[in-house]
Amino acid sequence: MQSTPPREAVIEVRGLRNQFGPQVVHDDLNLDVWRGEVLGIVGGSGTGKSVLLRTIVGLNSPAAGSIKVLGVDVVNGSEEDRQSVERRWGVAFQDGALFSSLSVLQNVEAPMREHLKLSENLMSALGQLKISLVGLQPLACGKMPSELSGGMRKRAALARALALDPEIVFLDEPTAGLDPIGAAAYDELIGELQHALGLTVFMVTHDLDSLYAICDRVAVLAEKRVYAEGPIEMMPEVDHPWIQEYFTGPRARAAQTKTETKTDTASLES
Amino acid sequence: MAEPSLTIEQSSNSATIRILGELLTRYVGGVQAEFDKVPTGLSDVQLDLAGLDSIDTGGAWLIAEMKRRLETGGAAVRITSAAPAHAALLETVTHHLPDPLEEEDGPRGLSAVLISLGKMTVSGWQSFLSALAFFGETLAALVLTLLQPWRLRRAALFSQMESAGLKAVPIVALMGFLIGVVLAFQGAAQLKQFGAEVFVVELIAISVLRELGILLTAIIVAGRSGSAFTASVGSMKVQEEIDAMRTIGLSPIEALVVPRVLALIIMMPILGFIANIAGLFGGALMSWIDLGVTPGMFITRLKETTDVWNLLIGMIKAPFFALMIGVVACWQAMQVRGSAESVGQHTTASVVQSIFMVIAIDAMFSIFFSELGV
Ligand SMILES: Nc1ncnc2c1ncn2[C@@H]1O[C@H](COP(=O)(O)OP(=O)(O)OP(=O)(O)O)[C@@H](O)[C@H]1O
Ligand SMILES: [Mg+2]
Repeated sequence: MQSTPPREAVIEVRGLRNQFGPQVVHDDLNLDVWRGEVLGIVGGSGTGKSVLLRTIVGLNSPAAGSIKVLGVDVVNGSEEDRQSVERRWGVAFQDGALFSSLSVLQNVEAPMREHLKLSENLMSALGQLKISLVGLQPLACGKMPSELSGGMRKRAALARALALDPEIVFLDEPTAGLDPIGAAAYDELIGELQHALGLTVFMVTHDLDSLYAICDRVAVLAEKRVYAEGPIEMMPEVDHPWIQEYFTGPRARAAQTKTETKTDTASLES
Repeated sequence: MAEPSLTIEQSSNSATIRILGELLTRYVGGVQAEFDKVPTGLSDVQLDLAGLDSIDTGGAWLIAEMKRRLETGGAAVRITSAAPAHAALLETVTHHLPDPLEEEDGPRGLSAVLISLGKMTVSGWQSFLSALAFFGETLAALVLTLLQPWRLRRAALFSQMESAGLKAVPIVALMGFLIGVVLAFQGAAQLKQFGAEVFVVELIAISVLRELGILLTAIIVAGRSGSAFTASVGSMKVQEEIDAMRTIGLSPIEALVVPRVLALIIMMPILGFIANIAGLFGGALMSWIDLGVTPGMFITRLKETTDVWNLLIGMIKAPFFALMIGVVACWQAMQVRGSAESVGQHTTASVVQSIFMVIAIDAMFSIFFSELGV
């Protein structure tokens, strides 16, 4: 990476505390997400990755702390401010959360209908473009969510998240449950879109291949906070048993070798 | 912050198109007409994007669509002076540009009406058959449960009896009380004219015990518990919980339908009885206030004139109503497909159909008993 101009934080989390009854999920959690990066959030099951995502997008109000997204305080700010940032981000939930009574195309059109004044024809053309961008066949446009496979549902959720050309997309385990080839294609797609649209991507994932393939930085949740953050190459040096095991285990080594061979062949070909 | 615009310099067969300003989705509607006006018969087109300040997928779509139109018209299109990010977006969008959808022409006019009529008839017949099959399965499962009581899910049964039965007691009692009050009040107004006030007792007793108490209880239960059955089992259907049950060898009929239907069959007569008592109480109270028929007189008159058959005829109907409400509600739940909206539609259908069925059965019983002469 060449030296970049001063980084702009699009998400700033400070002193975040989340609690459900007696269970403290986050305590004094700090996190910055820079414009234009793909940030991978990892952590064991139940360490609060989804809760963190839901808190940032305002679906869960924290017990303490502040969160700024695109310069707007989303925890204590006014309702108008919140609404103005809402249309600048897109969220794809862990299980898709598509509107079950709308077709895929109508799902993608829904945010446009709400926020933009477009003619029906234009909206449907743009909807079809978004659906094609995420790699779904045109045939999928008219299907209902219950008629989709799990992987198609994730793609449709991404298409809906991209409907308003957001600056930030939040993805909760986008590649979980996809076949390895489908997952790799999805990674490539995120990388391509991120490059073409200048997206900032906040991605919760367990998928080591994704982490190596497209994440610029990784943040590890452990012990109720962001225990470590930085480029993935640095992670094996962090002194924490879970992180050690995660990033130096056999699967991590395999994922790492895979990306290395890929870059090797790429440099041979060029 | 400039709205986008398009200029075109044309010389015989070649043209240079310049796109300026911010080509963003919110402006696309406004400039689309300008893009559509670009003539197609060109052979060489240069797309100059130097003046483009910013672009998003909507804008890129507009350019890509125009490019495709020009290319199908036989032009070679070159894109020049595009910022790297703009070029990358344009390439991605061009690559993924969906083919224009062709509108399918379905049949029209009379044939369309006939086709939809035919489809409705067939699907109506099929849903009647499937309802019948479901009714049969439920009856078989109920009988099996009676023969092998240990198979019954007692926890589910008791919790359904509580929510469908016990918790309905206040509303059912209140309803019965008010019916008694209304009957006494209305009856008194008429009977006073003939000086036949004392017949109000028969009026109340026969109409409440024989018909109204149990019928109105069934209607309340259909609205209250029938809808709850359909909504909860229907949501389970949407979440694939029913499929999951089948895969682990649980029969949804045995696990979900039998406890619910059985709970209704047990609780409905009790609720009906409560409604009857409350109705008589309300009637007696009102007769006392309005006509001066003392409670003692009311009870004596009740004993003298009202046959116990009136009560029994009412109570006999209760389990049939319960069975019908439970089966219709659960059958509708099983028809739920996929979406949350479908749950709503089938819940409505469940309430409407079960109330209709209750009234139909009540009418059949009336004919039956009058033939018997009781
Ligand atoms: N609404 C809630 N009420 C109570 N506890 C909750 C709630 N939401 C989450 N939790 C708890 O918070 C913890 C973190 O949950 P979260 O869903 O964020 O995990 P996760 O890191 O996303 O795990 P996974 O990788 O399995 O998706 C869990 O222990 C969970 O039980
Ligand atoms: Mg999660």
